[in-house]
Amino acid sequence: MKEEIINSAFSSPLGKMPKGQKGLLYNYILGIADNSLILGQRLGELCGHGPSLETDIALTNISLDLFGQVRSYYQYAAKIANNGSNEDTIAMMRPEREYVNVLLVEQPNTDFGYVIARQFLFDVYHFMFLTELQSSKDETLAAIAKKSIKEVSYHLRFSSDWIKRLGDGTQESHKRIQNAINDLWTYTDELFHQTDAEKKMIAGNIGVDTLKLKETYYHNVSEILNQATLDVPELKYFQKGGKQGIHSEHMGYILAELQYMQRTYPNMSW
Amino acid sequence: MNKQMIEHADIDTELIPILDKVSDPEIPVLTILDMGVVRYAKLVDDVVLIKITPTYSGCPAMDVIADDITTAFKKAGYKVNIDLVLTPAWTTDWISEEGRDALEKYGIAPPLEAEADKDALLGNKKIVKCTNCGSQNTNLVSQFGSTACKALFQCEDCQEPFDYFKCLK
Repeated sequence: MKEEIINSAFSSPLGKMPKGQKGLLYNYILGIADNSLILGQRLGELCGHGPSLETDIALTNISLDLFGQVRSYYQYAAKIANNGSNEDTIAMMRPEREYVNVLLVEQPNTDFGYVIARQFLFDVYHFMFLTELQSSKDETLAAIAKKSIKEVSYHLRFSSDWIKRLGDGTQESHKRIQNAINDLWTYTDELFHQTDAEKKMIAGNIGVDTLKLKETYYHNVSEILNQATLDVPELKYFQKGGKQGIHSEHMGYILAELQYMQRTYPNMSW
Repeated sequence: MNKQMIEHADIDTELIPILDKVSDPEIPVLTILDMGVVRYAKLVDDVVLIKITPTYSGCPAMDVIADDITTAFKKAGYKVNIDLVLTPAWTTDWISEEGRDALEKYGIAPPLEAEADKDALLGNKKIVKCTNCGSQNTNLVSQFGSTACKALFQCEDCQEPFDYFKCLK
């Protein structure tokens, strides 16, 4: 799989893509932001469909936080690209292969167990990632991280709390959350895969060296799972591809909904 | 007014009366100065330069606030230029004393200190005061409320449900 795919294989509707150092930074920003966009979209699907009013509001609140963070990232990416794109075109106008989110965040809302398991597995990573990004040499990324981490600490608290409630709840809730954790575990390793853009940004003290977070991540996740009386999966094989734009079958459906208005009425605005 | 605000932000005194007329669209009893979202306001060569910072990244009120500031200054005969800044990140510490009082009267319990806030939101301690009857016999209903910045509580004594403004540090 070639990572250059993002830069060369398509003539992007966004116009000329930045090259060199700027191109790497651009791709690095999208790598962070696309995770939040797609997870935010998944959570948004639950608006009015949450299992209870309180969880419905919580999940859409989290979605809103993620979209807010995404705006800051995409605004910055558009500034770097300097090719006429903006936060909206970056979010709405790219073809599937240009989205570089991890596979974890695009997994469907199968049941509340999956929603919480996906959120928890991402939140633990997200919180650790932002903690490090705060000391990035890139001032804008550091500023976005400092802002976002306050919000993400609430997300992490919410999802960890629910992992424990469901795991240590009824037989049925225990079974369902364990199933979800087992199923989604295969997508966790990809969080720590490093693309070319990531490696270069790490070398330049702009990016977060995610490999250094991996051990602590699994330690922190396992600790909460233990408290929730859940088993830590022993799975040894993992799925990957999202960071290279090779997504699961779910991605097309997400984008169909996300991009519907822009594709039906190109350039429409409020 | 707003002595506290002047400590943490850089604002020309002459501009305060105009800024003080702009209220938070989600919580109308609070002015944007009470909220602490105005970081900078100076008159430079006939143009008022203003920097505002969001409470939460996804706060939909920011666009409205920017529009309202523009309108207020245009009415007062100024040209205005508004920038959104992210750093230093907003904290509930910047809500003024007047703002905290206004919140409570409006039915929103003002934020506690960070540690107390954690205890309250994890349901460990009953410390959030009911805005209706003042009792501390209150329960957390939901960590997330009607907007990103609030959690939902209910009073066990008077049964009143109310919002609690979450601590953000």
